[in-house]
Amino acid sequence: MMVVENTIDTFDSPPEERIGKDKYETDAMWIYMGPQHPFSHGLWTLKVRVDGEIVTDAEPVIGYLHRGWEKEAENREYPKIIPMADRLCYSASMTYTHLYCMTVEKALGIEVPEKAEYIRIVADEICRIQSHLMWLAAVGTDLGNLTIFLWGMREREYWLDLNVRLCGQRMTTNYPRIGGVRNDTTDIFDRDVMRCTERFEKALWDIIDMIDSSSVYVSRMKGISRLTREQCANLGVTGPAMRGCGVDFDLRRDDPYGKYENIDFEVPVLTEGDTYARYMVRIEEMFQSCEIIRQAIRKINALGKNAPYRLKVPSKVPAGKAFCKLEDPRGESLMYLISDGTDKPFRLKVRAPLFTNISASRPMVKGVRVADVPAVMAMIDVCMGETDR
Amino acid sequence: MMDTEAIYQEPSVSEIKHLLENKFKGKVAVSKTDVRRVHAEILNKEDVFEVCNYIHDNLTFEHCSMVMGADMIDHLEVIYLLTNYYSGTVIEIFAKLPLDDLHVHSVALIWEGANWHERETFELFGIIFDEHPKLKRLLTPDTYTFFPFRKSYKLRGQE
Repeated sequence: MMVVENTIDTFDSPPEERIGKDKYETDAMWIYMGPQHPFSHGLWTLKVRVDGEIVTDAEPVIGYLHRGWEKEAENREYPKIIPMADRLCYSASMTYTHLYCMTVEKALGIEVPEKAEYIRIVADEICRIQSHLMWLAAVGTDLGNLTIFLWGMREREYWLDLNVRLCGQRMTTNYPRIGGVRNDTTDIFDRDVMRCTERFEKALWDIIDMIDSSSVYVSRMKGISRLTREQCANLGVTGPAMRGCGVDFDLRRDDPYGKYENIDFEVPVLTEGDTYARYMVRIEEMFQSCEIIRQAIRKINALGKNAPYRLKVPSKVPAGKAFCKLEDPRGESLMYLISDGTDKPFRLKVRAPLFTNISASRPMVKGVRVADVPAVMAMIDVCMGETDR
Repeated sequence: MMDTEAIYQEPSVSEIKHLLENKFKGKVAVSKTDVRRVHAEILNKEDVFEVCNYIHDNLTFEHCSMVMGADMIDHLEVIYLLTNYYSGTVIEIFAKLPLDDLHVHSVALIWEGANWHERETFELFGIIFDEHPKLKRLLTPDTYTFFPFRKSYKLRGQE
């Protein structure tokens, strides 16, 4: 057998001698990526310390969008916070509004009608899919594949159209209400949803085929930025980024809220822990969301047209503390409400998944090449509205 | 009788209540339990680190969901929500801080994920987390000398 000698990257002398140390020595330096950098998808800065091409240290800087959301909420009556919750994150507005309503309902101690719970599940999963598609489009541009951007945005429009059918708005929907949802589903909503899911599953396979057949795209993700399960749990990373590192935890299954316990679905978990695994988890989640939507639509239809979808609720919330958790497209979101018996919250705290995920960017980018930083940070799906609040 | 020094991967709610009350007699008061929820108060703020360490090491609560502050006017509160990834159980613990001594030991050395939550609580409420790796302002400018989420800081229309 003939052995081909690898001559391309084998040199006789170590690199320092080859370059001539005194001539070309480079100092380690800090590069400020952001706040207006194409990869940042919002206003934040990632300071990276590079030694040649390799990132040796990093520090995220946030706060450019801080607007005192929690303090503002203390100055408003409970129903008036719903549109504000919409604006925590433009692509996960439905889940934040749902979470807020759920927290106030828990403080009130009321049970929401069954139909409203299933409508909320459908709305949440539509929100999850369109948020993941927004992420997919952004990843496409980050890694230099504009076709993925266009295909992702095209598919997203079909889901936004469903939002319009459901509540008349594409993005900041203002749809869930304390005690239910604003309006019942429209007549042909179930038919539209079924058609859309069927269509989408085929389209998603096209996107997967295109990505997996592009070796440039895959090689920029595979084996990069590995995190272990223990690291991930300790850093507080949640959501698809965590499930790509082997943490088998999804609030919809393991700490169910609403009516998720009646729905049968799988939680995709990969143990590789690299960027590609985090990408694959999100893709697989979109398929699972389609399945959840189909089951929830069947439950809504079984309840019939005249089932109640909203309760009348008192305007004053009894004094006490309540918190709720919800599986947001980006991770675990949580609201903590302290009420003092009036019609305004005494304190309302939001735990945004991205706030903690961004804080973990230092261990994520340490050791990768500076050109791979956009690929790594794209996998946590940055949204600064919820991070800075 | 359960061994308070043993390591439990997936303790049930009643087990957690039992273990916390036995291990920290007179230090922790479990006020309420619910499905997958334990609510407890740490009576003396000096014990926060010790209790959190026990919850992390022996009860396998690997994830710190949140650390938050609250201004209850006559005192401040610091609230921790801790999650077990095997059972989905959440422990909510809180400690009261008197207005003249706003120091509490940082838990960022136990859970790295608590780092930014503590920084945020510091800059918005002025609660000082001792031995925090980097207790600096995060969301608000460095030039701020006040703590905007305290009740004494009024919004327009709140006076």
